[in-house]
Amino acid sequence: MAILVIAEHDNSTLKGATLNAVTAATQMGGDVHLLVAGANCGAVAEAGAAVAGINKLLVADNAAYEHQLAENLSKLVTEVAEDYSHVVAPATTTGKNFLPRVAALLDVAQISDITAVESENTFQRPIYAGNAIATVESLDPVKVITVRGTAFDAAAAEGGSATVETLDAVHDAGVSSFVGEEMAKSDRPELTAANVIISGGRGMGNGENFAMLEKIADKLGAAVGASRAAVDAGFVPNDMQVGQTGKIVAPELYIAVGISGAIQHLAGMKDSKIIVAINKDEEAPIFSVADYGLVADLFDAVPELEKLL
Amino acid sequence: MKVLVTVKRVIDYNVKVRVKSDNTDVDLANVKMALNPFCEIAVEEAVRLKEAGTADEVVVVSIGPKACQEQIRTALALGADRGIQIETEEAPESLGVAKLLAKVIEEEQPGLVIMGKQAIDSDNNQTGQMLAALTDMPQGTFASEVKIDGDNVNVTREVDGGLQTVALNMPAIVTTDLRLNEPRYASLPNIMKAKRKPLDVKSPADLGVELKAHTKLLKVTPPAERQAGIKVASVDELVEKLKNEAKVI
Repeated sequence: MAILVIAEHDNSTLKGATLNAVTAATQMGGDVHLLVAGANCGAVAEAGAAVAGINKLLVADNAAYEHQLAENLSKLVTEVAEDYSHVVAPATTTGKNFLPRVAALLDVAQISDITAVESENTFQRPIYAGNAIATVESLDPVKVITVRGTAFDAAAAEGGSATVETLDAVHDAGVSSFVGEEMAKSDRPELTAANVIISGGRGMGNGENFAMLEKIADKLGAAVGASRAAVDAGFVPNDMQVGQTGKIVAPELYIAVGISGAIQHLAGMKDSKIIVAINKDEEAPIFSVADYGLVADLFDAVPELEKLL
Repeated sequence: MKVLVTVKRVIDYNVKVRVKSDNTDVDLANVKMALNPFCEIAVEEAVRLKEAGTADEVVVVSIGPKACQEQIRTALALGADRGIQIETEEAPESLGVAKLLAKVIEEEQPGLVIMGKQAIDSDNNQTGQMLAALTDMPQGTFASEVKIDGDNVNVTREVDGGLQTVALNMPAIVTTDLRLNEPRYASLPNIMKAKRKPLDVKSPADLGVELKAHTKLLKVTPPAERQAGIKVASVDELVEKLKNEAKVI
């Protein structure tokens, strides 16, 4: 039996999270097929067919799938899933939205947010905000799984030569429609894809002070993040939030500025390779996970850091 | 319109959970339990719809042992009108929960169902979506704004990279994200009043649902501990370490 991975994309580019999910899928054993469902998504299908490790690419190109509406997409995936042992999607807001619907329609469990593949039916996943790791065995004939991207390396985007099959099935449930979206625009890398992240917390005092972090980010090619406290205080928008309920990140370097280190925040960044903490409270819990801690007033230390970079 | 809200009894979010020494599960003995924070936001949203005159009744459902009546009472103190407990010995898996709730929906016929996007114990983020599939309803997950407009509900969703708004035909299912609202505190008179509000107890058999295990928990282990590193004395030293020791800049 083969493994079906559902591609994450915006109809023009294949999102990086797909490549991490493909790596997880290859560890489950068997051929890996990739489904691209979208509208006018030919470029994505082409990119998907080139991904190393993909044997077959399925493409469903129809207006019903343009915005990845869960009601429509879940019906398509459920129909396709019949021939597969595993259905896998990245644990992004898109994957988390439609895949549980697929599981319910197939009358099976979904194993969410896996961080390791132990065998074809046994997986590890964090529970309690990452304070415990559960090893879970699936008893279902079809395993429906979302994959935490930071736990798996990305598959090579080039080198594959999948055969392409077009699906004509159109599932339009007709009960939901896309109204609009407001996407943050930034020249900096996306949080979940960045090699370096600099994040600010409540200690930043206000949103304007995040400009100090942006200057450093521009020098390091970094993304700018925030703690939930900074988002709740209205300093910065919610899509910058790193933590259990925000984005889960694992960059090479994570710089936490004015962040105390609530469990909630640590759950989102503690798998980073190197963690730096700058905080004036030397008792702050963030220092217990930091490789390098600097006890200092951020309003002195951050400008100085920028000068030295 | 009737609004159905679901609530789960979970470990209090301020408590750091510990893994049992035999690695069979986490240790919940004598741990403070509370209403799941996302469920609390769901209750608040439903109560606000009632206060705005959009909803005329708020029904709250919880599934679990008798102790979960405490969380139903909390929701009633926040303003829900009546409660339903589906008594089970342990919390069923998400799919089982969705099957039980689908039967409740069949009986209650709500116009809107509001649920938390995830419970902070199992962190699955799936029950609302599964329930939507089983009842063939549209879903607005990770909601930061809910606006009812005639027979439709517009839901603004927190998605990677920003916000997305979808229009759903009602009845629909909404799952809450953190910024949807700030839940109120229950007043003492309302806590007293909640004790007299109706609370029905049903069993899965009453609803005609047979619960089945789809997964097996093999073990639970603590996460790899991260060791605290060193304190540096100055920004100079920090930059030097990052360049020459960690080699990340």
